[in-house]
Amino acid sequence: MDIAAMLLRLSEGMLRSVTIFGLTLVFSLPLGLLVAFGRMSKWTPFTCLGECKSGFLRKIAGFKPVQLIVKIYISIMRGTPLMLQLMVVYFGPWFIFGIKISLAYNFYAVIIAFVINYAAYFAEIYRGGIESMSKGQYEAAEVLGYSKAQTFFKIIMPQMFKRILPSVTNEVITLVKDTSLAFVVAYAEMFTVAKQIAAKESSVMPFVGAAVFYYVFNLIVALAMEKAEKSVSYYQ
Amino acid sequence: MNENIILDVRNAKKSFDELEVLKDISLTVNRGEVLAIIGPSGSGKSTLLRCATLLETLDSGYLSYLGEKAADTGVNGRAEYASKAELKQIRSYFGLVFQNFNLFPHYTVMKNVTDAPINVSKRSKAEAYKKARELLIKMGLEDKENYYPCQLSGGQQQRVSIVRALAMEPQILFFDEPTSALDPELTGEVLKVIRKLAEEHMTMVIVTHEMAFARAVADRVIFMDGGVIVEQGSPEEVLVNPKEERTKQFLARYSEEQ
Repeated sequence: MDIAAMLLRLSEGMLRSVTIFGLTLVFSLPLGLLVAFGRMSKWTPFTCLGECKSGFLRKIAGFKPVQLIVKIYISIMRGTPLMLQLMVVYFGPWFIFGIKISLAYNFYAVIIAFVINYAAYFAEIYRGGIESMSKGQYEAAEVLGYSKAQTFFKIIMPQMFKRILPSVTNEVITLVKDTSLAFVVAYAEMFTVAKQIAAKESSVMPFVGAAVFYYVFNLIVALAMEKAEKSVSYYQ
Repeated sequence: MNENIILDVRNAKKSFDELEVLKDISLTVNRGEVLAIIGPSGSGKSTLLRCATLLETLDSGYLSYLGEKAADTGVNGRAEYASKAELKQIRSYFGLVFQNFNLFPHYTVMKNVTDAPINVSKRSKAEAYKKARELLIKMGLEDKENYYPCQLSGGQQQRVSIVRALAMEPQILFFDEPTSALDPELTGEVLKVIRKLAEEHMTMVIVTHEMAFARAVADRVIFMDGGVIVEQGSPEEVLVNPKEERTKQFLARYSEEQ
């Protein structure tokens, strides 16, 4: 196999890696915000029990079901390997529900697993950003008559994004490298292809190509994020 | 009812856990009046201001603006607040200037001042900008409209926050220790603009530690301690010839520090 053929095959894998990367970000960044809201939810459906004499019932009054469910979800997503999560999403439908899955499902499994995993991480980053905002910003907005939604979207969110950009950069760079995990469900992304060629040709060149690809990809990501940080550096 | 009464507070009570911060406070503020509230830390004066501006809720008591009821003690003895829509209307009657400004750092001076009039009061952009420019000129900030808060001095930031509050055309303006976060040489410029507003008969309630300023600008002074109004009257009566022992002590300690 000559260099040109090898590069052609690698670039096909590269395209798949970039697809996983792009789709994961497109879905997990907004989903993370929703998860963060759930994590911060103070909804207590049983408040009426707060007046009860029994200590147990009073405990139930303070029970926040949405927050608890989201906490468990985040804890599982962060507490188990992404590779394992990929396998559960891919094999789960067959082993748990007996649903026959098509061959093309591996691509969807990759996207689903990546999105729900990264949404959990992004949610915690968002929460950190939101909770670092001073109470004074909320109070100033409240006194001026802003609604809750206006306060969040006009005052809090823009400032939150500025604060969390460095942490998001970290996460996005990890994502670039994590795309290689898609191999466990036989999705032929960049690294899978490199391994196949390397085994067949007994050459390390595909790995060199892969290394250059990941490095350049991350360099572009880092530069783009730096630019984003600069674009919001006009205020403190 | 008396149309001159802007703010009416009756029998206001507020506790944080076991600590009683406001013990049965009643006060009214008339149109055009400048009221200064003084007192030691922990006397409840800031809590009173925060309850009046709906940032804290009263445990019990009555609160109204221009005769429109915001809260009243219900049958169970606890304060019951008006509906969301009514409170939104009532919020438009007052403005609040914070100790640490709380400007929106990601907005320019102009956007800080015009965003709420445009998006909350639904005024036209042209109208909001015109009003904002008038106020900025009045406060000596006409060349700062495209600056961000971090590019301004503390005194300038506080003046912007006064403009932001005035742009909503409130009936009454509250100040929560407006100069406490400022360097001594910057307090003068802020006090000057408040004095200017007093001359225009803007109704104001000012929580302050600046006794000389309170004496010069206020029509009435309230001395609070331990969650009650200890003494009130004209600046002369309260600050120069106080009747109550507690007021004398406070003022004596204060003049020692000066």
